[in-house]
Amino acid sequence: MFAYYLDLALHSLARNKALTALMVLAIALGIGASMTTLTVLHVLSGDPLPGKSAQLYYPQIDPQDIKGMMPSKEPPEQVTLIDGLNLLHAARADRQALMSGGSAPLDPEKANVDPFYVETRYTTTDFFPMFDAPFLFGHAWTAADDEAKAREVVIARALNDKLFGGANSVGRTLRMAGVDWRVVGVLDKWQPNPHFYDLNTGSYAYGEQVFLPLQTMLELGLDRNGSTDCWGNGGGGVGSILPSDTCVWLQFWAQLDSPAKAAAYKEFLVHYSQDQKALGRFQRAPNVRLRNVMQWLDYQMVVPDDVRLQNGLAFGFLLVCLVNTVGLMLAKFMRRAGELGVRRALGASRRALFTQLLIESGVIGLVGGIGGLLLALFGLWLVRQRPSAYAALAHLDLSMLFITFVLALCATVLAGLLPAWRACQIAPALQLKSN
Amino acid sequence: MTLHPMIAALRRHKAGVVLIALQIALTLAIVCNAVFIIGQRIERVHRPTGLDENNLFLVSQQWVGAPSGDDPGSVEKLDSMQQADLAALRGLPDVASVAPINSLPLLNSSWNGAVDLKPGDKGQGSFRGTRTTYYFSDEQALSTLGLRLVAGRNFTAADVGHQGFRDQGEPTQVILTKALGDKLFPKGDALGKVIFLNGATTPTTIIGLVERMQVPGTGSWTNAFVWNATLAPTRLDANFARYAIRAKPGRLDAAMRAVTPALYATNPLRVLDDDSVKSFADIRAEAYRADVGMAILMGVVCLILLAVTAAGIVGLTSFWVGQRHRQIGVRRALGARKIDILHYFQIENLVIASVGAVIGLMLAVGLNLLLMKSFEMDRLPAAYVLIGIVVVLALGQGAVFVPARRASNVPPVVATRAA
Repeated sequence: MFAYYLDLALHSLARNKALTALMVLAIALGIGASMTTLTVLHVLSGDPLPGKSAQLYYPQIDPQDIKGMMPSKEPPEQVTLIDGLNLLHAARADRQALMSGGSAPLDPEKANVDPFYVETRYTTTDFFPMFDAPFLFGHAWTAADDEAKAREVVIARALNDKLFGGANSVGRTLRMAGVDWRVVGVLDKWQPNPHFYDLNTGSYAYGEQVFLPLQTMLELGLDRNGSTDCWGNGGGGVGSILPSDTCVWLQFWAQLDSPAKAAAYKEFLVHYSQDQKALGRFQRAPNVRLRNVMQWLDYQMVVPDDVRLQNGLAFGFLLVCLVNTVGLMLAKFMRRAGELGVRRALGASRRALFTQLLIESGVIGLVGGIGGLLLALFGLWLVRQRPSAYAALAHLDLSMLFITFVLALCATVLAGLLPAWRACQIAPALQLKSN
Repeated sequence: MTLHPMIAALRRHKAGVVLIALQIALTLAIVCNAVFIIGQRIERVHRPTGLDENNLFLVSQQWVGAPSGDDPGSVEKLDSMQQADLAALRGLPDVASVAPINSLPLLNSSWNGAVDLKPGDKGQGSFRGTRTTYYFSDEQALSTLGLRLVAGRNFTAADVGHQGFRDQGEPTQVILTKALGDKLFPKGDALGKVIFLNGATTPTTIIGLVERMQVPGTGSWTNAFVWNATLAPTRLDANFARYAIRAKPGRLDAAMRAVTPALYATNPLRVLDDDSVKSFADIRAEAYRADVGMAILMGVVCLILLAVTAAGIVGLTSFWVGQRHRQIGVRRALGARKIDILHYFQIENLVIASVGAVIGLMLAVGLNLLLMKSFEMDRLPAAYVLIGIVVVLALGQGAVFVPARRASNVPPVVATRAA
């Protein structure tokens, strides 16, 4: 029966080519536009570490002085050095890392390469296993190296290719910021998007080239950048000068493998704040937050407004295209009242007619979906030509491909429901009589 | 012609009428808001910075192995490096003038603070007063940037000091933009008055006012103080420096090419790459690229939307004309002229489109409220909606014309034939 209906649908569609083309084009444009923007939105609001992000938490505590305190105000978005080290050494989480970003001049020993600046991340040993950073060669430095302020670095694959021609560079030396560093590990290609662990450096398409122990950076006073927020008489500190203890400038991440542990950790943060208040360091009542990666990204509103606006626009556009298609389909089906009346008179049930008409709209949806897919691929290509940091990330993945077709089919079948139902209400006798 | 029979006829096509009206309403709502957004973006992109942007370019560079700038000795060392650069650049044949500067309008790298009429107590944390952005430069800033002095005087070489990037001292003399001066002293007598920068306890005198100068930030967070700039006669000393350079008229390319070799000749230990030398035109294009892109995208979507709606009207009206073929013939046979039939379909469309436009007006305002809530959008001016209504009505009339004319060409003899 399906084949017969399909045959009827194709015949009917071929009979009125302009109208069919118009419907297919409207669906394709609507689907193409909405899938392009939805894909961009999907990429930008995606999970940077699928499967892991729910266990990674970003604790926030409030070490500010009493001035400007307001109830229900969010605590600072980073931690001070002293609190960061306290939380790190307390080691209450399954894993934890304290970090900040910066840049350092790298002096390649090759004569033909000028010195250049590399983006750096100053962190602690758990950073790598916690964030699932894949090692191509070697391994992370150890906790002992952290405390010993070892001059060891983990470098990114791109830098390894540039400096060492892609060879296993573990054990080799790197001259950076006027100091010799031993390479202990080389990371394979790794760039979580968004750059969730430090959004101050730009949310997308940002990756560090060199990772080194935070304690070593503190000792050497390497340049750092990112955001610094101070209160009281705090000095901001720029470049290699460390901010004072009344400034927040570091990110602290904790891995907590179960919700129970997360709840316990939050308790711990409250106790920590109370202890610090008792010691006189903190002045405010405990004000803590513990968000996991996705909650943190949501709170930080990393997806650019323009992208959300474009997505809204595209779905409005799709809606108009669908209303348009419903109207045209209605016209088309009603016009065939005579033919449908004959089929009813010959014994076809309403249900059969309804199915037939829905298959016809499904065909339009399928063709429109294919057209929409091509338009979406073209649209994403256009997005990739744009200079935004996230542009290069705009690719259609399998799930979005699937969604495209489901959306196109559902939309058109839905659009076909009303016209098909209306067409089936025709009394066969009336149609036959008027003919 | 009375509307009564027409509306009675429309009742028999409820679904079709509702769909066309809905489509027009949605189109109107989306197009109005999209055009409004386009208008706002265009307005943003075209606002003048206050600079004479032709023949202006910027060099950003970093020294490798420069002193830290943490102690007076190394600040002096950094300053002499900067002075050497300035001398080298000022000596170039195609260069008219050079000013060291921490940032430029549209560069999105800013040093912001607050100015107040009362002395503060330093270290309060939050600043009181009016927000401003600081440009640290020297006596050549005005001529290099092409700023127009409207009151007072320019800095002299003797006014210019220098300090480490992190030193907290405030300048004793500043030039403000007129907008900032008027904000602080609404009577317009800011010149010669004393203000306090960033909660300082030491006074600063306003020695001049420039007509206009935009802040470096282009994000919406700068909207509240976009014209509030303060120029300080201070060279900032750090391991990096920016130089604004005005080329002699027509010599921009030559000057831009000459800069890199000249700086390397002064001191080879520095990082200068392709991005380091940038014309102001490029800075402007980069700053507003997202806005221009968004405006183009919205424009294209609007045009396609209008086209789809027009095509929908053509399709549905064509269907109605076909369906009423015989009735049209009857009307013609009973004496209706061609023009009457044409008008019938035109007025029918006008009625439907008007209903759509009224619904669209409400949707447009609703959508605008929604956007205001979630995207910091301004209120949609009535003019946009009114023009939008005229456009959709005209669009409907344009779309209905072809099928309506086909209807008017139905011969009266059709009435005598079986359908």
